[in-house]
Amino acid sequence: MNEYASIHSKGVSKSVVELIAKIIFLICAIIAIFAVCSITVYMFMKGTPALKSVGVTDLFFKTEWKPTASEPSYGILYIILSSIIGTAAAVAIGVPIGLLTAVFLTEVSNKKLAAIVQPAVELLAAIPSVIYGLLGLMLLNPFLYKLEKLIFKGSATHQFTGGANLLAAVIVLAIMILPTVINISASSIRAVPDYLRSASLALGATKIQTIFKVTIPAAKSGIMTGVVLGIGRALGEAMAINMVAGGAVNFPLPFNSVRFLTTQIVSEMGYAGGVHRQVLFTVGLVLYIFIMIVNLILLKMKKKGEKDLA
Amino acid sequence: MKNKFVKMVATAAVCGMVAASMAGCQSNGTNDSANDNTANGTADNSAADNSTDNGAADAATTDPAELSGTVTLAGSTSMEKVCEALSEAFMEEYPNITVTVEYTGSGAGLEALTAGSVDIGDSSRTLKDEEIAAGAVENIVAIDGIAVITDPANTVLDITSDDLTKIYTGEYTNWSELGGADEAIVVIGREAGSGTRGAFEELLKVEDACAYAQELDTTGAVLAKVASTPGAIGYVSLDVVDDSVNALALDGVAATEENILAGGYLLSRPFVMATKGEIADQNELVKTWFDFIASDAGQTVISNVGLILPQ
Repeated sequence: MNEYASIHSKGVSKSVVELIAKIIFLICAIIAIFAVCSITVYMFMKGTPALKSVGVTDLFFKTEWKPTASEPSYGILYIILSSIIGTAAAVAIGVPIGLLTAVFLTEVSNKKLAAIVQPAVELLAAIPSVIYGLLGLMLLNPFLYKLEKLIFKGSATHQFTGGANLLAAVIVLAIMILPTVINISASSIRAVPDYLRSASLALGATKIQTIFKVTIPAAKSGIMTGVVLGIGRALGEAMAINMVAGGAVNFPLPFNSVRFLTTQIVSEMGYAGGVHRQVLFTVGLVLYIFIMIVNLILLKMKKKGEKDLA
Repeated sequence: MKNKFVKMVATAAVCGMVAASMAGCQSNGTNDSANDNTANGTADNSAADNSTDNGAADAATTDPAELSGTVTLAGSTSMEKVCEALSEAFMEEYPNITVTVEYTGSGAGLEALTAGSVDIGDSSRTLKDEEIAAGAVENIVAIDGIAVITDPANTVLDITSDDLTKIYTGEYTNWSELGGADEAIVVIGREAGSGTRGAFEELLKVEDACAYAQELDTTGAVLAKVASTPGAIGYVSLDVVDDSVNALALDGVAATEENILAGGYLLSRPFVMATKGEIADQNELVKTWFDFIASDAGQTVISNVGLILPQ
């Protein structure tokens, strides 16, 4: 062996190693930036031509989607509305359930029960979305069809959809965002310092009062992060919705067959050509902008959360 | 200072990479399709072998290696799938012949043919009298058949095309209106842009007038959904129909290959590759193209894309 060998290598090789390591780190960092930049540039390049060829008002404020008609119409208003309303409804259902589960896990349940619920929640997060879609297709759709028949019995105006409707999509999405909401809420509730709870209890508040008046407000920013991540997940989901939502372009009512921004692209990209294809890219761009907005909100909230802690 | 410099370099590098990738996209596209061709060709090896045999048997045929040039086709968008499959298999066997296909629509394709700007005009309908008068000759290479399917519990097994139209336009909403059980009709179709949907709506003359309750994006999804939803009705290519659904008879004619070949079944249409004058009068390249279609390999390609072979 080299007689000079020690934990300190020779000066020259050390600086070379340092330099190479730095370059490798830089390249790795650039890959991420490069991916984000090229996706953004690409989406805008592909998504904007339709704004010109179809017209902004015809695109965003018309409701008729007939891309292959002899006089085609490319209104995506109902599609945008479906995505917004579907996501909002899923969050409205999923967040209370998720938050209360998180409270249960951290504040209420005994250790034994929590040991069962916690892994169950984590497993829920690991299930691929196509499985959610499959279950929705086989269990939820037939059940909702029975409900639909019951509710709209004898209705002359309702178009029966066989249970594939907005409601099915909302239920599937609500379940899919549960793990995100639960995990992040639970960890932020755990991070609430114990002296706050002790003070509240010492002042005579009950356990439930303490949870709702002290613990949850103190964990607010963490919980909101969970909610926003849930919105992101619901907005971007395609596979499961494609299987349960029916896929016709309609106004988003609970028992209407609907199409979301994501499923619009998934289901029509295969055979689309010309302006039809351009519009699908615009749909992608709209989805991309929505997701970017959600993420910007998230970044802002994280920063605010850090400030609050400090 | 140093940090700023690093940032600048990084930004410049990113911009450069973005630009490079954008430029790369264009050329990549052509590369990909070329690769696809080879891949498909190899998969179809047995098919290629077959037709080589054919060529050998026919002593009059010129040696495939010596032929070179371009065969141009234009016309029906519905024939995209079969044209792509055929031209890929063809170019694999005759590497020196280039086949170009434009999908401009049946009418435009036949116009280009009679004007002499393409060798072959693709049409997904029979030729009109004036087109034949202009010199176009109808060569039917395949027949496209669509089956109307319902869930297996449905008692309506025969339907008139008029009633079918009314179902798809939303006029009939319950099977009891058609003599069936008191069950709501769930109208299922394909997504806009699908060839099957295009053909169905065109043949039934309900273009863009359909009120779909569900638009699914694959044949398999339509089949599965119709099979599992009480009261559902849908349409699929004839070749995928199985026991999980009822295939309806249309105007009293059952949806079978025999009936389609005999011409009595409404939801079928010919895929025509029209030539200006008889095939025998065409140049060597076009003749080779039609020889290939008539060969076992060509026929296999056609049935593989779900079409019926004409007799």
